[in-house]
Amino acid sequence: MSNEKMTEKLKVIGKPQPKIDAGIRITGKAVYGQDIKLPYMLYGAILRSEHPYSGFSIDVSEAKKLEGVVCVITADDVDCNNISYRKDHPILKKGEVNCLRDEIAAVAAESKEIAVQALKLIKVNYKPGHGIYDPFEALKPEARIINKYLKDTGQGKNISHKFLYEHGNLDEEKRKSKEIVSNRFVLPRVTHCCLATSNITADFSPVTKRLTLYSSTQVPFLYQRDMAHALKINPSDIRVVQVVIGGGFGSKLDMYPFEPIAAILSMKTCRPVQIIFDREEEFIASPTRQAMVMDIEAGIDKNGRFTFREANIVIDNGAYTSWGATTPFVMMQTFSSLYHVPACRFESKAVYTNNVYAGSFRGYGNPQATFALESTIDLLAEKLGMSKTEMRLINANFKGETSGQGLTYYTCGHKEALEMVIDKSKNQNSEFGIRNEKRFLFGTGYASMLHVGGGAKIYRSDGCGTRVNLDDYGHLTIITGSTEIGQGSETVLAMLASEELSIPISKIKVINTDTDVKPWDVGVHASRTTFVAGNSLLGAISKLKIKLIKKAAEILQCTIDELIFVNEEIKSEHKNNSVRIEKVVREIHFSQPNELCTENFFYEPSSEFQDKDYKGNVSGAYAFAAQAVKVEVDTYTGNVKVLDVYVAQDVGKVLNPMGLTGQIEGGVLMGVGYGISEELMVENGRILNPNFHNYKMLTASDVPNIHFYPIETNDSQGPYGAKGMAEAPLIPTAAAIANAVADAIQARIYSLPVTPEKILKALKEKNIKHK
Amino acid sequence: MKKNSPIAKLITFTVNGKEFTRYVIQSMLLIDLIRDELGLTGTKTGCLEGECGACSVLLNGAAINSCLFLAINVEGHEITTIEGFSTGEKMDEVQTAMIQNGAVQCGFCSSGMAVSIKSMQTRSRNESRIPTRHEIQKGLEGNLCRCTGYIKIIEAAGEILNK
Ligand code: FES
Ligand code: FES
Repeated sequence: MSNEKMTEKLKVIGKPQPKIDAGIRITGKAVYGQDIKLPYMLYGAILRSEHPYSGFSIDVSEAKKLEGVVCVITADDVDCNNISYRKDHPILKKGEVNCLRDEIAAVAAESKEIAVQALKLIKVNYKPGHGIYDPFEALKPEARIINKYLKDTGQGKNISHKFLYEHGNLDEEKRKSKEIVSNRFVLPRVTHCCLATSNITADFSPVTKRLTLYSSTQVPFLYQRDMAHALKINPSDIRVVQVVIGGGFGSKLDMYPFEPIAAILSMKTCRPVQIIFDREEEFIASPTRQAMVMDIEAGIDKNGRFTFREANIVIDNGAYTSWGATTPFVMMQTFSSLYHVPACRFESKAVYTNNVYAGSFRGYGNPQATFALESTIDLLAEKLGMSKTEMRLINANFKGETSGQGLTYYTCGHKEALEMVIDKSKNQNSEFGIRNEKRFLFGTGYASMLHVGGGAKIYRSDGCGTRVNLDDYGHLTIITGSTEIGQGSETVLAMLASEELSIPISKIKVINTDTDVKPWDVGVHASRTTFVAGNSLLGAISKLKIKLIKKAAEILQCTIDELIFVNEEIKSEHKNNSVRIEKVVREIHFSQPNELCTENFFYEPSSEFQDKDYKGNVSGAYAFAAQAVKVEVDTYTGNVKVLDVYVAQDVGKVLNPMGLTGQIEGGVLMGVGYGISEELMVENGRILNPNFHNYKMLTASDVPNIHFYPIETNDSQGPYGAKGMAEAPLIPTAAAIANAVADAIQARIYSLPVTPEKILKALKEKNIKHK
Repeated sequence: MKKNSPIAKLITFTVNGKEFTRYVIQSMLLIDLIRDELGLTGTKTGCLEGECGACSVLLNGAAINSCLFLAINVEGHEITTIEGFSTGEKMDEVQTAMIQNGAVQCGFCSSGMAVSIKSMQTRSRNESRIPTRHEIQKGLEGNLCRCTGYIKIIEAAGEILNK
């Protein structure tokens, strides 16, 4: 299919389309996990540790006696495998706790109130010890082993996962460098703040011996497998029904202990059991973005071309491992491949501590890496005396480039994106520079980003299955393996089908919530759904179209290549006669050899599994973006006001402009929060601000002007040319803000968030230096 | 609720245009009355601490956080939840504006947002004054949203309030 040919006559693609599921959500009819009520259901609650590191003994006898309590479990009552990809995480802890999140007992009771009351009756005798809360402490030779379950990975004591990557000749590139900068960057813990808290309803049937889980997982098929492994049962005996999700952002990539706990309680009581976190529990017991320390050295030659980069990263893994420990996969891409760079060395260690554990979060390590890299680029430009925009432009990625890591950019809008935001941010259409009292300083900052845009082959299959079913009345049902978490994928799939078949969106249903029904898909992550599920759908539809067209040619007595789909009809372009699609379906169904209009397709992206050196073309396409941010800094209070964010992003092709801008705006604001306000404060393993009052999520009053310029590079691999886009908008925002603040105050903050305290301190130090 | 319980009180109130008479225990929160007793699960619980606005409902036309409000205090008052916005097939204009502006993503904050916008609309009509964009932003400050970045919600509100 040629993109140009398609673009001229597109009817649905590229037109703003409200989400097809918005109606049920805005009328209160959508059933979220919180809204599920099954007959005879029990309410579960979990007792977590009071100390981040402690020995303990436990007595649950009083809790068991409470009227209305049906089941109480501790580690002694269960026979389970450890969870996490490192298998280093017991579902219920025995004798020792290693972080504040640790589950030590669970209760199922007739009401929420009784369950909570029962937890209070459990007697725990703690023997607190000295926890290790600093990953550098944990790396010392004398440190004790924190996680006793991980069989030695051979990567060093207290290291859960180490990555080492290299390309090019580092020494030579260092010699070539005119300037070298070397700095340490510190990144905070932040958390997802999904508006709906974590929840699960488990329903084990003693009759069928099957377990149904009403879950908000974003990876239903991996979840099914992980759950089966944990519970020592057969994956096929588990049905995962995905409830409507009240926000995901990566938090539902892993399975956490509360989920098998609910399953065990249901299996023991033979009744449905529901567990819903309250907000404080959500802050304490759901995963965070990785806190990390990054030492970055980078060089530049006399012409302003990048020579090398060296990154040494220590990640606070917390007490157990989650998928989050693999974020270096993504971080190393940014260091090795964002802007052209001849040599790179990247080393990271995810180190166990007695802190709460980190997980996966939109951007998957990339906001951290981008902050450190883009700050470094500004520092290089300052040192060389070159313009920051010029330096970015001459080093930008380009179409046809294969990066040192082996990523091949068949399409690449990096330079265009940079030029766009540089140009647009010159406009003075905001409050920028308006207040001319000396108290206020203004600055502009730039940052780019590179992210996978065509899936990411990190699991053995990165594919997605689709079944399409066109019924006798001309309505289409799409059964897709992919998952909707509010990002709008259902709508995009319906749009693609509508465009292809000329069937209106109102006659298209998307079914995507039940592992008993839907074909396999690896899950929603890595901004892959539009690309992978979209291609999968197009594959199924093209099979369907062939079937329809063959029959239509028979009916219309013409050749197949003169037929087109228009207005729910199949029409002969030459003869000017046509037949309704539904009539063709009925002909196929009711005349011999009697077939249904149902087709299956499985799409596997052409990307490669990276080799042991992490080299290879891991994604089917790559997304590029640049952002420019303008800030106002109040030098009296240290407050930063983000005035304007200019966003240019290579999205391949705009499929649904409304959904696209929604993702951009939501991502950018999340990035602003990461840049200036959000931090989950942890001291000695304890969380100091587990509530919305003290954890500063931004509100409607904090919204900057967001100027968005999509860049269409029409990637031949993507559905209608589109690439993944949903993680990207948040990735460079904090980096650009930090650069804008540095531009304004002429002093740099090397950590996020850029708080008033840090700004006042930097200003003070600068003044002392200048005196 | 048990009739003879000393802590229960018989109260009469209206929800979405329908009158109810119920025994309600003193400590019950309005959110629990709405969700658990009446089964109106369109009102959401995001924090139960008065910080997120997901639980917003209209009390005589003005938005309140139902997680901070005791159920017994609705005696004689009129409550509207998101289920009361649409009558039969027809959605309220606030809901339509939110859909058409792309203001609904995961939707968990959406009923609270709709309630806040409705409350602003009623106030602006009573005062015959159109709020500024800045005032709209202030008016939505009590409703957190993690998905949308608020812009499309502010735009939907602007469309409604400028009518
Ligand atoms: S649930 Fe009431 S304000 Fe959050
Ligand atoms: S739409 Fe998800 S929280 Fe607002």
